[in-house]
Amino acid sequence: MRGGPGPADRLRLGALGLTSRKGRAGLSALGVAIGITAMVGVLGLSESSRADLNDQLDALGTNLLVVSPGQDMMGEDATLPDSSVEMIDRVPTVEAAAATYAVDAAVRKTDRVPDEQTSGIGVAAAGPGLAAAVSAELREGRWLDAATEHYPAVVLGSTAARRLAVGSLDEGVRVWLGDQWFAVVGVLEPVVLAPELDETALIGPAVATELYGDDLPPTTVYTRVDGDQVTATRDLLGRTANPSAPSEVSVSRPSDALEAQAAADESLTTLTLGLGAVALLVGAVGIANVMVISVLERRREIGVRRALGATRAGIGSQFLTESVLLSLLGGLVGGVLGVALTTAFAVNQGWGVVFPWEPVLAGLACSLVVGSVVGLYPALRAASVPPTEALRSI
Amino acid sequence: MTRLELQGVTRTYGTGTAALTVLHGVDLTIEQGDYVAVVGPSGSGKSTLLNIMGALDRPTSGRVLLDGDDLTSYSDARLSRMRGAHLGFVFQQFFLLERRSALENVSDGLLYQGVRRPERRRRAADALRRVGLGHRLDHTPGELSGGECQRVAVARALVHRPGVLLADEPTGNLDTASGRAVLELFDVLHAEGATIVVITHDESVAARMPRVVAMRDGRVESDQRRGVAV
Repeated sequence: MRGGPGPADRLRLGALGLTSRKGRAGLSALGVAIGITAMVGVLGLSESSRADLNDQLDALGTNLLVVSPGQDMMGEDATLPDSSVEMIDRVPTVEAAAATYAVDAAVRKTDRVPDEQTSGIGVAAAGPGLAAAVSAELREGRWLDAATEHYPAVVLGSTAARRLAVGSLDEGVRVWLGDQWFAVVGVLEPVVLAPELDETALIGPAVATELYGDDLPPTTVYTRVDGDQVTATRDLLGRTANPSAPSEVSVSRPSDALEAQAAADESLTTLTLGLGAVALLVGAVGIANVMVISVLERRREIGVRRALGATRAGIGSQFLTESVLLSLLGGLVGGVLGVALTTAFAVNQGWGVVFPWEPVLAGLACSLVVGSVVGLYPALRAASVPPTEALRSI
Repeated sequence: MTRLELQGVTRTYGTGTAALTVLHGVDLTIEQGDYVAVVGPSGSGKSTLLNIMGALDRPTSGRVLLDGDDLTSYSDARLSRMRGAHLGFVFQQFFLLERRSALENVSDGLLYQGVRRPERRRRAADALRRVGLGHRLDHTPGELSGGECQRVAVARALVHRPGVLLADEPTGNLDTASGRAVLELFDVLHAEGATIVVITHDESVAARMPRVVAMRDGRVESDQRRGVAV
């Protein structure tokens, strides 16, 4: 005698309870679907945003070190020596160094704006090569160059341009900087690696020297270094910039901050993932509940099947299969919704679309496990229904 | 040839002072080709007897032999497979699966013998034609009359050609005409050589069977063959 129904028959038997009670099956799979949607969506999004960040870092480079004055031993703001740019540039592992120099001036939209309204925009002289060193992109106009160097010309950071209400440059926009008009020749895109430049109005060094003297202290030295020597060079820069007081120099790596920000986003991901897990748990309880009810309702069917030759294991496997299929159905729906959500969000954010294979597979695996675990108890109850149930009079 | 043999079968439910003995040392033999009515009032133990004959339940003491094999020592799984292969059941309330066609219901009778699906469907269609429902293969129980449902159930019980067909009040839920049709179907099956045991409290049903076993208070009160006491 051959041993019972084959795998295809077992699947068919398991699907029987679902196809004959479609509404109930759909509702009880909903909880798992929501849980899996949340998990796939959140994991997919964090994967996409991480991919986007990596693209950004690849484009911007992680080899930028920013040297700025720290504090002296008295807790006062320190300054960098005038020679620091030159010194840093001499370090063999430094590829390029460009500085901004603080200019003690305020910038206003017009000369009619009262002096006390500074709009919080700093003015700095941009050393040569600054745009290249920080990977700054121009949104409009052009960078300070030899042609504009000696004229009162200014390039505005993105936030500065917005605060000064600078729109299109076509009609020759001017701003009141210090005590005279400056022509706005360019507006920057937000500078990811040097966000402080967003709130800065940059003027040419020659003009700055002319108007404010030639002993402007360097505010910040943007240093591109050999990608393989970042850590070693970082340790060197403090001493190089200010040999007499290396501890008064602060050296930072902006790409670290971006990664830290991504890590902070990850804690949000974990939280949402936790909520998804709770939804999944509630869904699992829902399936268990529906399955227990189903066993109670189908005692007669179970009895008849036992009379037709089903073993206890056969009955148990029918209900276990049903529970797994129910949960997998939820997992599939959740996977599809999660992918749709991720794709829609990524497209909306202008990120590259990454198909979240791993979250989808993990979601399906999760729903498989959930279905098996919660199906176990109802399956055992179904298996324990005695065959005499078939003949019990109603 | 002896199909089914009960030797000193006792069935007690519960233990201690609450114990209730429903069968008291029943001896009964069903021969190949027997057409037996088991009659008796409610509580006489005839349903318990059917449960034990059908290997749905185990006796508290005594032995049950099917085709000479002692079922007492069988594991649950082995007993189940044996039940599926050698016995056929017809129930008072039909117990067909709603929303599934007659063909699917009947082919479930072969499911647990490991018969592949195409073969199951072919044999189920044959069985349905045999009970006169060849034109109702795709109808669901809801679309069939009570008598037709019971004939589907009979087809399910005989699709695997069981050694013994056990029927529990097969006409209990049917009107007179449908009931007669089902009994006439049993007559035909019996004439073709089937062994059939029918549990009933309906005297008119018992009257048409060549052998009548009367139960009372858990004992066989009488066992008559064609009006002659055995």
